[in-house]
Amino acid sequence: MVSFSAVAKRYPGGQEALKSISFSVDTGELAFLTGRSGAGKSTLLKLIPAIERPTSGSVIVNGQNVGALKRGAVPYLRRNIGLVFQDQKLLYDRSVFDNVMLPLAFSGQASREAARRARAALDKVGLLARERSNPIQLSGGEQQRLAIARAVVNRPALLIADEPTANLDPESAARILEIFVAFNQVGVTVLLATHDQSLIQRHRGKLLRLEAGRLA
Amino acid sequence: MSAWVRQHRQAVLCALQRLGWLNAIVIGVALALPAGGYALLESLRGVTGRLALDTQLSVFLRPEAKRAEAEALGKLLRADPRIARLRFVPRDEALKELAAVQGMAEVIEALGRNPLPDAFVVTSEPASLEALAGDLGKLAGVAHVQADAAWARRLAALAAIGRLALWLLSALLGIGLVAVTFNTIRLQILTQREEIEVSKLIGATDGFIRRPFYYLGLLQGLAGGIVALAIVGLGLGLLNYPVGELARSYGSAFRFAFLPAGDALAIVAFAGLLGWLGAQLSVNRHLRDIEPR
Repeated sequence: MVSFSAVAKRYPGGQEALKSISFSVDTGELAFLTGRSGAGKSTLLKLIPAIERPTSGSVIVNGQNVGALKRGAVPYLRRNIGLVFQDQKLLYDRSVFDNVMLPLAFSGQASREAARRARAALDKVGLLARERSNPIQLSGGEQQRLAIARAVVNRPALLIADEPTANLDPESAARILEIFVAFNQVGVTVLLATHDQSLIQRHRGKLLRLEAGRLA
Repeated sequence: MSAWVRQHRQAVLCALQRLGWLNAIVIGVALALPAGGYALLESLRGVTGRLALDTQLSVFLRPEAKRAEAEALGKLLRADPRIARLRFVPRDEALKELAAVQGMAEVIEALGRNPLPDAFVVTSEPASLEALAGDLGKLAGVAHVQADAAWARRLAALAAIGRLALWLLSALLGIGLVAVTFNTIRLQILTQREEIEVSKLIGATDGFIRRPFYYLGLLQGLAGGIVALAIVGLGLGLLNYPVGELARSYGSAFRFAFLPAGDALAIVAFAGLLGWLGAQLSVNRHLRDIEPR
């Protein structure tokens, strides 16, 4: 599903975030990307949906070479990847429900079908009762769950999360992780970055340790 | 309903929500100036158009001239190769013609006698008209030669200058309209920066993001055009009351007419087009800057 070979990423200004990274995550696999802050976890994850492009090496996602993808093709790549960010990137000018509807609007689905899918996604993360709330009224854990609902509403084959449990209390963090594991159990490939070792020890999954831009 | 139609409908609804009436009024007021000027000129053109712009001379005989003298003069004129057409207007007929003009019947009645002389209406080439007028004035029995077209042509020239000025004004205000739309869209993009960024992150195409802004520019232009027409309509309505009074005192039923439907439609469509253009320029300039990191 995801395959990196000899990937390096140097930011303009000379900072070398990744040095010759090679690994692969198979379809249906659950993989954890760990490492300290600044080890390059976020950079690595950003290469997958083409938010950043590799300086050298190749990033293959679902058979597509992401590094060579044309600008116009990027949105279609992203629609097949569920993205969950550390800072959620929710829109606070609309309801919980409308936040989840956003990705469905891009593809121009019939509104009844779209609403049904949005509610199904909210139901999976346990937020169906809050659909009319504004995201600002939700707790940190709930906001992260809302971000997950938005990421999965298009039923992506791949789910990527960058530190989804940072800033959360252990109980909320554990619940978030359970949601990811549940998606993995129904066949979704999950790649999750976290610096919290204690959290992932309870789950079976591939472990990718990043240290100063290299896989350890 | 296809996905394409749905996406466009959604973009229009989105644009409608963001449509600011204040902007539409700004555009409307700006457009009302040339549109109103155009309506006034068109109404006046109706008047000047009815006046003969032909190259005609009226040759008036001395009032005391006898019919025989007139006929002799007619023969002379017919022999002149510069004269293309000749029409004799006996004084009785001239009086009848004058009486038919609005408001003149009362005047003539008050006079009690026919003050008009016999006359010839001479049609000629424009180039030879002035020389011909001079020559005809020297003929025996001729009291006065009048170039009918001169003042009408002057009026037409004035109207042409007015129209040119209107075109310049329209061009300037058209540029203003594009600039206003450009700025509105820029501000709109800035306020929606977060939404645009998130949308790009989770798979929105450029087209999806741009579409509402294009529609916003288009709708704002159209709304401005409609406001302009409303202002012109209202302004002409207000003007027409005193103008009608004035015209009635001259026995005329002159009123400023609203723009013809075709022209009104063209103004609205043109405003919409300029709004769309402004949006296009603004979106091209500002949307590229927003890339998620």
